Amino acid sequence: MPERRLMTGNEAIALGAHHAGALFASAYPGTPSTEILEFFSRLDGVYGEWAPNEKVALEAAIGACIGGVRSLAAMKHVGLNVAADPWFTAPYIGVSGGLLVVSADDPEMHSSQNEQDNRYYAKAAKVPMLEPADSQEAYDLTREAYRMSERFDTPVLLRVTTRVCHSRSIVQTREPERAETRPYEKNEVKRVMIPGHARLRHPVMVERLARMEEFSSEFPYQRAERGAGDAVVVTSGIAYQYVKEAFPGVSILKLAMTNPLPRGLISEFCEQFKDVYVVEELEPYLEEGVAALGLWPRGKDSVPRVGELNVDNVRSAFPELAGPNPAPEHLPEIEGLPARPPILCAGCPHRGIMYSLARLKAIIAGDIGCYTLSVLPPLSAHDCQVCMGASITMGHGLEKALELAAGESEEEGASSHRVVSVLGDSTFFHSGVTGLMEMAYNQGRFTVVILDNRTTAMTGFQDHPGTGITLQKDHSVSVDMEMLARSLGIKNVRVVDPYDLGECRAVLEEEMNRDAPSVVISRRACVLRDKAARRAAYAVIREACNDCGLCLGIACPALVKRGDEIMILPDTCTGCGVCAQVCRHEAIKPGQEGGIQ
Amino acid sequence: MTSAGRKKMGEHESTRSLVLAGVGGQGTITAANLLANALVAHGYDVKTSEVHGMAQRGGSVISMVRYGPLVASPLVPRGGADALVSTELLETLRYVDFLVPGGTVISSRARVDPLSVLQGAAAYPEDVEERVLKLVPGSIFVDAADIAAKAGDSRAANTVLLGILSPQLVVDEEEWLEVIERHVPDKALDANRNAFLAGRGIAKERQ
Repeated sequence: MPERRLMTGNEAIALGAHHAGALFASAYPGTPSTEILEFFSRLDGVYGEWAPNEKVALEAAIGACIGGVRSLAAMKHVGLNVAADPWFTAPYIGVSGGLLVVSADDPEMHSSQNEQDNRYYAKAAKVPMLEPADSQEAYDLTREAYRMSERFDTPVLLRVTTRVCHSRSIVQTREPERAETRPYEKNEVKRVMIPGHARLRHPVMVERLARMEEFSSEFPYQRAERGAGDAVVVTSGIAYQYVKEAFPGVSILKLAMTNPLPRGLISEFCEQFKDVYVVEELEPYLEEGVAALGLWPRGKDSVPRVGELNVDNVRSAFPELAGPNPAPEHLPEIEGLPARPPILCAGCPHRGIMYSLARLKAIIAGDIGCYTLSVLPPLSAHDCQVCMGASITMGHGLEKALELAAGESEEEGASSHRVVSVLGDSTFFHSGVTGLMEMAYNQGRFTVVILDNRTTAMTGFQDHPGTGITLQKDHSVSVDMEMLARSLGIKNVRVVDPYDLGECRAVLEEEMNRDAPSVVISRRACVLRDKAARRAAYAVIREACNDCGLCLGIACPALVKRGDEIMILPDTCTGCGVCAQVCRHEAIKPGQEGGIQ
Repeated sequence: MTSAGRKKMGEHESTRSLVLAGVGGQGTITAANLLANALVAHGYDVKTSEVHGMAQRGGSVISMVRYGPLVASPLVPRGGADALVSTELLETLRYVDFLVPGGTVISSRARVDPLSVLQGAAAYPEDVEERVLKLVPGSIFVDAADIAAKAGDSRAANTVLLGILSPQLVVDEEEWLEVIERHVPDKALDANRNAFLAGRGIAKERQ
């Protein structure tokens, strides 16, 4: 039933896929893309799953599309790096049921380690790309994408950004389509990419690109808005909204399909104007295309290439287009306020183990998850971090290097014993397992700590192969982490409770000093997830406390220094007891009936 | 230029903007969603923008709601918000420069210390209320959590603040209550309905 309601971009993509008849979707959670699969999996008659990583998700979706159903793989921008291998060859084999890949980019890095511009992935792989500018377009273009995919026999990239994914706007839905499931047909020349076959397929892609370019110029969602003046702004995606507001009444060429670029349309429309501008977030992707047509556009000479755009920075990039439309006056920014960065929650099981590692002066190769927040002082418990799963492999290289360097200087190689790799359970299943194989096979001798909090916490508590629950809430098998590590050849596998600092320290010390690889699993459910595990709040015994501040070193938001006095906020404390173990004066005790003040 | 209180927000041709600030976990996104749906129910074009992921772990968060005949950008420019609704004092001060001259501040008196303050490394400004009142005369500060607790659940503090904002918008009481009913889970519904009405009552008393 068509309806009109407020939806986030992610919800609109999920519903658009459903209304296009997509039946299969796979993803690994990642901000800002996570909710696409969460919404999709709740719709009627579809199958949605959490894959261990984005490469797996895309490959599963390719398989489903070969199986004849319209399929979806969704990921954040860096997820497409993980999935880049299938990404570049999927367009060689083409589709049977339509295949849509969603890349959710994160300009400004609200929740990411970089702000790469994934539009270049579409160009590099010769895959058509659509860029919605709001939830309505997210819905409409998702539906168009499936038609386009089957018409041109190619996967399609829907490239969105945080402000499309996590903005709500009104969507008018339309009658759902019933996509025909295509019967499976064997076609190995098209689908088995041995060199002889791939050489046949690549020219097909080049020829297809030319046809898609013609289509792109005719595509009804490409919008030429004729306004006043002798300037035109070429734009796409969310940047269009900022242009509309910053430069009211200006002529705009708003592109919804940005690969292949509609060169015919761009030339034809822009040649009618004296000045051509390009406004886009991040890289000069459109600008390069427009410049190649000899249109001499202005763009990244003034528009920021770093971070997000907004009405203000778009307006000040080209004030000549703003006309009598000044930036609003506003109160001066209040300076000198204490910042409020995200922190590990009170009772977070990562705290005890990260604190223990910092005390042992470990060189910590870290990873992507809530625990990365332990890099901030006072814990300062991270030394390097680059991408999902890199903790173990970087730790491996780091340990070898320290050993080699120590060997050359003929000193004791003790410092290599300090290397510890730290990663979460979901990250371990994502891409840590191969790293563990590397460590075992190539005789690393360092320690890997897996922070097993039984969920994918940072993205909002998604299940994974270790929890044994699927996205559709079915009970499944769960990976036995200890047995997996042992089967890879790690003989020393220990499990600790991160709330027990004595145990953490003893086990970590022993394993770090061992001349063999080891895995320490720090196991305790996320405190936000497992509310039943909460215990009575702890309290500071005033007579015993000398306010030395040692407990503040664990960076717990339940511990507060008011004036010179240290106290525990009873509403925030979850009773994990880590602070009490840090205290040398036995001045922190569990709360009792009636409570200690 | 607007002058708060005379003409209700929404009886205008242009896009109007509201900013909701707070600390990750305080329900800012939920409040923004209620507000947005109430405005859609009244017939406006509406856009919101919110923060997910890493920013939510106790960090400073801000949600934006814009409405009007046709809304372009989902982001509110600095100096463009007609009202700032905030669930925490420091965040009220942090985002006060989003207000349009003559805009409205509705803030909880709740104080959540950032880590640097908890650790004694930075000072929490003790004079937020006075500073904001000086910058924005007529700002409203309430003990939202206490009011919400009386309404049934202290976690509905954000709904109390929405209630205080509500008479300034053209959405009428019935529409508000319908939206709350539709979007709040059953077990929290009574507390949120009461919290909203308590807030609305406070605003009406002040008029």
